[in-house]
Amino acid sequence: MNAQTLYDKLWNSHLVRTEADGTALIYIDRHLVHEVTSPQAFEGMRMAHRKPWRVDSILAVPDHNVPTKNLAAGITDPISRLQVETLDANCAELGITEFKMGDIRQGVVHVMGPEQGATLPGMTVVCGDSHTSTHGAFGALAHGIGTSEVEHVMATQCLVAKKSKTMLVKVDGKLGHGVTSKDIALAVIGQIGTAGGTGYAIEFGGDTIRGLSMEGRMTLCNMAIEAGARAGMVAADETTFAYIKGRPFAPKGAQWDAAVTYWRTLHSDADAKFDTTITLDAAKIKPQVTWGTSPEMVLPVDGIVPDPANITDAVKRSDTERALQYMGLKANTPITEIKIDKVFIGSCTNGRIEDMRAAAAVAKGGKVAANVMLAMVVPGSGLVKAQAEQEGLDKIFIEAGFEWRDPGCSMCLAMNDDRLSSGERCASTSNRNFEGRQGQGGRTHLVSPAMAAAAAIAGHFVDVSKQ
Amino acid sequence: MQKFEKFSGLVVPLDRANVDTDAIIPKQFLKSIKRSGFGPYAFDEWRYLDHGEPGMDCSKRPLNKDFVLNQPRYQGAQVLLARENFGCGSSREHAPWALDDYGFRVVIAPSFADIFFNNCFKNGMLPIKLAADKVDELFKAVEAKEGFALTVDLVQQTLTTPDGAVYKFEVDEFRKHCLLNGLDDIGLTLQHKADISAFETKHRASQPWLFA
Ligand code: SF4
Repeated sequence: MNAQTLYDKLWNSHLVRTEADGTALIYIDRHLVHEVTSPQAFEGMRMAHRKPWRVDSILAVPDHNVPTKNLAAGITDPISRLQVETLDANCAELGITEFKMGDIRQGVVHVMGPEQGATLPGMTVVCGDSHTSTHGAFGALAHGIGTSEVEHVMATQCLVAKKSKTMLVKVDGKLGHGVTSKDIALAVIGQIGTAGGTGYAIEFGGDTIRGLSMEGRMTLCNMAIEAGARAGMVAADETTFAYIKGRPFAPKGAQWDAAVTYWRTLHSDADAKFDTTITLDAAKIKPQVTWGTSPEMVLPVDGIVPDPANITDAVKRSDTERALQYMGLKANTPITEIKIDKVFIGSCTNGRIEDMRAAAAVAKGGKVAANVMLAMVVPGSGLVKAQAEQEGLDKIFIEAGFEWRDPGCSMCLAMNDDRLSSGERCASTSNRNFEGRQGQGGRTHLVSPAMAAAAAIAGHFVDVSKQ
Repeated sequence: MQKFEKFSGLVVPLDRANVDTDAIIPKQFLKSIKRSGFGPYAFDEWRYLDHGEPGMDCSKRPLNKDFVLNQPRYQGAQVLLARENFGCGSSREHAPWALDDYGFRVVIAPSFADIFFNNCFKNGMLPIKLAADKVDELFKAVEAKEGFALTVDLVQQTLTTPDGAVYKFEVDEFRKHCLLNGLDDIGLTLQHKADISAFETKHRASQPWLFA
């Protein structure tokens, strides 16, 4: 048999049938559901008198609309509340497992799934959310899907898909002090652009990636979508197995052994061919900060904001001008001189325990700067929150002047009450710095948790690799 | 999805070009968690004199008497006749949902925006492209005769007027097949139910932990 990439293996092991034009039916093992993109899918099923094909493949959680403060008071906005209540009602009616608001297991869907062991190597995973690519960190094939597809998967257990091209992003070498997988992700996007991965499934490989924790790999795969790739993945290995073992949905006993035997095959064969390969030297990656309104508008922390006058390409020049204007930045400003108003540490990109630890390590003993009016830490799930509290991280944050909140998507997309006001500038560990993403007129700079915490203390961006 | 069968339906003439999806269903209704119930808000800004919001009881709202859908002779219409580039603008599937929920089964126009055109088929509605002069003839005929109904025969691909005039229309074979058999995307996939089940059995045997 020909040498196969990890993507080929995952694709082939889920192929139900292929049409003459290459359109395929792919069997889906795990379907994660949240409140925003599911209601019309459930209603469509009801209207067509259909039932889910396999209820036990579905796991639901509300996250986008969940308040991160005063949870007991419930959701005040009636439209938000209705979305969450509708999810509760749909799950109850169909017997779908749901971790409701107030359940310690509730959290951002892409934090919750892996944490429960509901994402396993070799699986196909879908969710009506673009950051579903996160789950590829387990050697799984994970796709974000639209609402019509949510309904399609629920009713048929299959997704209609066409095979992607493959891209290997190979990172070798030792990461510098204070440099994290978020910085790798942003550096990759800076190099290939936000459309660089369009049409590809990206596999992250190389010894730097092998050395990353599962949290770090999830951050990286989470951002694959920002590089334009619908799926990102990392081969399964001992780090993967150690993370999964003992989690509620993980296989046990003899099944565990059989599973691990199979999972050990989930890597690209040594001589497998990729359509494109990109290489990065980890030692050269510095902490990254986005300065514009797209994740590809990114610089190392010691960089200076670009000057449109130096850009020859007319389209790029006007994009840069527009971004600088929206961001309220002057050309040639050193990144470290940019002052911030707010800090957001959390989201499905960086809301895991390791992220909390990295931020706390930097915040410890410091005080949030006077010009920073709000620095909030939002754990990715109730379990992350509990673990952090057990380690005393909450106290470190609170003493330093951060707010310690309840889990949810929060200011990643500002669907609940957490948002930026017009003109406010935020150091954020989330994944999108689009215009208005964190609130109308809000200005977002994407960074790692350590960089966000350091910016909170200094009041402007600083190079954590020098601390 | 409902099978598309031969029917005779009252025609309402919406004499406008470039009717966009925001006019068909304004953006404030997109916050809804439903895909049904948009009918009362279809063409909201044209149909009512006040500003519409989701959840409003439309039976109590002031009607714009001049708008064609509100005229008594067109109540119960199932066929919408319009001018070129119908359904342009945002890709929202709420637009065909709203027309469908209102009761339309067919939209006739000289041309349609692409996404809207596709979305109609996905929701069991038939968009029909007719040459501009034919559409013009129909507008005149509808306005001249109260109760003007068209017989829509998808199998024969014909529209027949009350006087017996026949208009042929084109439709993609595959889409015709899907409409006639009530197959939406899900219905199509479910035609391969046996393949899916066979795959599932094999998959379960090789990776039982996925089904625990
Ligand atoms: S944390 Fe942000 S990116 Fe992640 S699922 Fe929530 S809204 Fe989407």
